[in-house]
Amino acid sequence: MSKAEVSTVHNAPAAAASAQYLRWLHREHRTRLIIRTAQIAILIVFLVLWEILPRAHLINPLFTSYPSAIWPTFLDMLKETPQQPGILTHTWATVVTTVVGFTAAMVLGVAIASVLWWWDSLYKVLDPYLVVANAMPKTAFVPIFYIWLGAALSVYGMSLAISLFITILMIYSGFQGIDPNKIKLAQTFGASKAQILAKVVLPGSVPTLIAALKVNAGLSLVGVVVGEFQSANLGLGYLIVYGSQILKMNIVMTAITLLAIVSSLMYLAIAWLETAVMRRR
Amino acid sequence: MQAPAPVGAGRAKVELRGVGLRYFGLEGETEALKDVSLSVAAGEFVAIIGQSGCGKSTLLSLISGIIEPTEGAVLVDGVPVAGPSRKVGYMLQQDYLFEWRTILENVLLGAEIQSADMRLARERATQLLTRYGLGQFLHHLPRQLSGGMRQRVALARTLCTEPDVVLLDEPFSALDSQTRIALADEVTEILRREGKTAILVTHDIGEAVSMAERVVVLSRRPGRVKSNHAIRFAGADGRRPAPFAARNAPEFNGYFNTLWKELEVHVEG
Repeated sequence: MSKAEVSTVHNAPAAAASAQYLRWLHREHRTRLIIRTAQIAILIVFLVLWEILPRAHLINPLFTSYPSAIWPTFLDMLKETPQQPGILTHTWATVVTTVVGFTAAMVLGVAIASVLWWWDSLYKVLDPYLVVANAMPKTAFVPIFYIWLGAALSVYGMSLAISLFITILMIYSGFQGIDPNKIKLAQTFGASKAQILAKVVLPGSVPTLIAALKVNAGLSLVGVVVGEFQSANLGLGYLIVYGSQILKMNIVMTAITLLAIVSSLMYLAIAWLETAVMRRR
Repeated sequence: MQAPAPVGAGRAKVELRGVGLRYFGLEGETEALKDVSLSVAAGEFVAIIGQSGCGKSTLLSLISGIIEPTEGAVLVDGVPVAGPSRKVGYMLQQDYLFEWRTILENVLLGAEIQSADMRLARERATQLLTRYGLGQFLHHLPRQLSGGMRQRVALARTLCTEPDVVLLDEPFSALDSQTRIALADEVTEILRREGKTAILVTHDIGEAVSMAERVVVLSRRPGRVKSNHAIRFAGADGRRPAPFAARNAPEFNGYFNTLWKELEVHVEG
């Protein structure tokens, strides 16, 4: 092994930093600081306007509530009453349904994409239907699912319906994107179709699987909330409809804030998973 | 499955009898190879040269058993090829290492697919990688290695399943020219020492002459065997010089020019 080859493996930075480099570093830090400050400023301006405009009666406070009202409302809603479960129970219901929804979408998506990869003709037959099913506004099915599946299951049905087709299409196109020469390589060792799937196509599609997970976790949450609008008596979607019907914007805004927190946490969890998996690549 | 029959002297290790291959498409048929007959003895190093698109890579796919000829027969050890065989190893144009596997796991791919004894395979893989100077990179990932190192891993992956016949499809074409010449020396030496039968496909005349004992020229599409050229160097000890030394041998230019004319190289434009 030559020295030159080894040196390409480890790229060490220069030992002593030059004055130009320090200046560049300084500018870089400043730019980052400015960006972060601007991000926080937008949030603050938004919250301040939301607080002040209704209080100055420039906006009807009945329509928007105030950010300062959210925390007291949240504390108030923690209490379980005979008519109404606590807000954490509602949140938990939405989170569980969403996790079940996107997990099912992932499992079914991988399974169906594998079947389509295995039988190319089946894919060719089903392709137009998949594309149309994906393009359909799935929320149109909310009432149908309610009739077919009942109140409890229709939320799961909605969550799956909204995320499944895009998951299948994404994963299948990931499978198609595997370098055919990698498959040829496995074939030269006499690999069966099942071995090609298990040793080349699936492990090679991990980045696609994570991209699909990102998309369908968000969509699944949309499906759950929309499903809860119609049919549930539990969940944040239900709280939003309930709050708006009795014109209590405090409840609606608190539920929406919780949704924002739930989706941020989901995003963080997936980002963490991505780093953990991609460290090997 | 081991054939009990002894391999008789002069018997071909790899034999193609009147092999033809046509591709079918909606626009019509394409004749890639026509009536190719070729015989390679055990331990022989043969290079096949021809212009791009003459079907030389297809020839290797036929010998490896991943595609079937439309006419004629391909035999390895006198037995018609039906699907990929453990006797034949194939080195592709690029390393195609799996980026999600470590170097060692990449080399073990063939053994895994063939459900071989993994303990033995691991031992052999480690041995091969160490011999090729990659001993300290067993648990590295492919992206951490240079092009030349990666191609050596690919060679170890091919040899780990212990094939008798090694097919090389322009295995150095993706490398820079220095690495390419250095690696040609290494690979030739490894294949000779292990007594492998080697079939190299290339469009590089210099590579063919310096590495192989015989050069087969294929005609333009449909590919046919145009001519056979035995390559001999009058080495001091009767042994064949390594490819790099062969390039400086007095005979080299003669062979090069003959093959250049055979190939009818024209720059089209």
